[in-house]
Amino acid sequence: MILNEEQQLLKDSAKLLLSENAPISALRAMRDAGDDHMPELWSKMSEAGWPGIVIPDAYSGLEFGYVGAGVVLEEMGRTLALSPFLSSAVVAASLINQLGSEQQKEKYLPGIAAGELTAVLAADETGFFDLSTIETTASASGDDYVLSGTKRGVIDGHNADLLLVVTGGDAGMSVFAVESGAEGVTSKTRLIVDSQRAADITLDNVTVSGDALLGSLGGASEAMEFTIDVAAACSAAEMLGISIETFERTVGYLKEREQFGSKIGTFQGLQHRAAQLFAEIEVSKSAVLAALQALDANSEKRSVLASMAKAKCSKVLRNATEEGIQMHGGIGMTDEFDIGFFMKRAAVCRQAYGDYHFHADRFATLRGY
Amino acid sequence: MEHLEQFRQDTRQWLEANCPEDMRQPMRSDEDQCWGGRKWVFASEGQQLWLERMAAKGWTAPRWPSEYGGGGLSGDEAKILSEEMSRIGARRPLSSFGLDMLGPALLLYATEEQKQQYIPDIIDGKIRWCQGYSEPNAGSDLASLRTKADDMGDHYLINGSKVWTSYADKADWIFCLVRTDFDCPKHEGISFLLFDMASEGVSTKPIKLISGTSPFCETFFDDVKVPKGQLVGTLNKGWEIAKYLLTHERTMIGGFGLAGGGMKGMGQIAAAKRGTKDGRLRDASLRAEASSFEIDEMAFGLTIERITDETKAGQGTGASSSILKMYGTELNKLRQELYMAIGSTDALNFDTDSKGALVRNWLRSKANSIEGGTTEVQLNIIAKRILGLPA
Repeated sequence: MILNEEQQLLKDSAKLLLSENAPISALRAMRDAGDDHMPELWSKMSEAGWPGIVIPDAYSGLEFGYVGAGVVLEEMGRTLALSPFLSSAVVAASLINQLGSEQQKEKYLPGIAAGELTAVLAADETGFFDLSTIETTASASGDDYVLSGTKRGVIDGHNADLLLVVTGGDAGMSVFAVESGAEGVTSKTRLIVDSQRAADITLDNVTVSGDALLGSLGGASEAMEFTIDVAAACSAAEMLGISIETFERTVGYLKEREQFGSKIGTFQGLQHRAAQLFAEIEVSKSAVLAALQALDANSEKRSVLASMAKAKCSKVLRNATEEGIQMHGGIGMTDEFDIGFFMKRAAVCRQAYGDYHFHADRFATLRGY
Repeated sequence: MEHLEQFRQDTRQWLEANCPEDMRQPMRSDEDQCWGGRKWVFASEGQQLWLERMAAKGWTAPRWPSEYGGGGLSGDEAKILSEEMSRIGARRPLSSFGLDMLGPALLLYATEEQKQQYIPDIIDGKIRWCQGYSEPNAGSDLASLRTKADDMGDHYLINGSKVWTSYADKADWIFCLVRTDFDCPKHEGISFLLFDMASEGVSTKPIKLISGTSPFCETFFDDVKVPKGQLVGTLNKGWEIAKYLLTHERTMIGGFGLAGGGMKGMGQIAAAKRGTKDGRLRDASLRAEASSFEIDEMAFGLTIERITDETKAGQGTGASSSILKMYGTELNKLRQELYMAIGSTDALNFDTDSKGALVRNWLRSKANSIEGGTTEVQLNIIAKRILGLPA
């Protein structure tokens, strides 16, 4: 369970690109300007080929696999880089690759790989990522389909070109590729805690042609399970990066700050909590790597490992960001200081694609209880 | 890669042919372990055969050099052996402090003559070792130990006592920390000695624990003569060996955190005992706790794998044994708590028959985060050696 040379090189180059182009100061500047995404960073990432990391070579991707996506996401977590990498290049691309016909893959994947087309999964209607009760419907109308329903909290959904709309009903789960500008699609956005926007997207009798259906009608369940695994494991990798960075900053502060005439890092009460957290982060590293490797191998343990990783990293990240603020003391609560940004992004990552409870529950179900 | 595939095939075949049926059953308790040694009485013919066959191949110590009777396997081969053993649920043929603690230290610090003398008997399970470290006034502060070895010319004379000596009453030999210099900083006057527990002047007294069992002893040394050739490493430099050995002990104890081979998961055990409703464990709180536990247990098992792989690739950090020790023992305590919860009021039975094993294991597990260096000592080590927090 170690990174191979290529994966390590990718990680190193990701660290370099992100530290140059997406330091926390860039996020702060974006927020202060009232913006909600970082288009210039996305151009740089696209030039480096990252949007094609999980996309097969046949569709102009790098076919580098999920471990590769994970190491990039871990580095993105460290700098809190905002981009459609996870939502479009990893999650949406994986779903299209799973379900799409040759023609559909030809149509969408090269654009996603180039970073020119962004797609986003529009599945959740509950806010709890509960996909068992999808109410958005697709009714056949000649060769076309008419879609109606509302999707909640699609992060960065208002900026995406393509929505992968999941429909339910008696027919079972289906996925449609819907252009975000299609007639009948409206989105209402709200500012969320990490300065991004989440869109509530309404589809009001949106007519799409038959070739917008990815796979067969009602035949998306298996591909959706795979996509949940991809989202969970890759989001866990991003959370791991946030945990590591928050922790390193916090330990740095313990070595610097003086009270009672000593560095506060000499206090055993703090040392033990830091050591405990370090051990938890080490354990979550293994969880993430195993889950990513299982995706690349498409092993039978894939789903169990993915939910394990997401649940574990959510818990550890909560702990890391809470200790991050607590150990910084009052200054940690100020907007002027950067540590708060980590807690805010953590809150979003912890809830995206199913929170701790969702994945702990899914894990238990998969394990037969 | 071709070689490894061949090794896997050969190993699988050999294990199929040589692992006795009763050695493929999950261990029910600590009682099922095979410890070997001069006083050992095998529990079954299978247990004896399994030890002899594995020892003959050196596979009780797969990675040790074959010149001393070890398996001489590479890291990859040893991993395959371990995978193939778990595949058929094969038990570990020999539980041994010689294997888990002393051997690695001997390979690094002992003379060639000492290696020839001691290592083969460890591999074959002929000598059972115990560890003479803690003393009544040297627990977490181990380096303040006062058992002394006086230089008598051709031998050392040992006087003092040890405590928490695991299985001292069953062991044949002891590896023992003794003070050979009192006039220097405490870490600098310690030496590492080996001697026979049958020597004149050695006595042991089992300590009864809250679990009712006595895995530990008090050990007394009253003018025990030890030949000088039984000193390992340099005189007064024993603390270095002691610390090196402790990293192996911690890793071993950390292994308590692993799921038992062939055992059902916590959630399934709970579901079988407590019942299900709509396919889910009936008690939602228990289900949540079981799932949280299994998530940690799985992530911890993967961490042992990762650290093993990193060490193999030369990327390991020395202090990782403290992480494993701390995490694994806390996990095992939680496991025992959950077994008690799942066991219902029946779990309270303290009878000496097998039913009482549950509550006794639960009580025994409370020592996990104390023995081999407390959780707090491990956290100190992580804070100082890995995180570099100031003293």
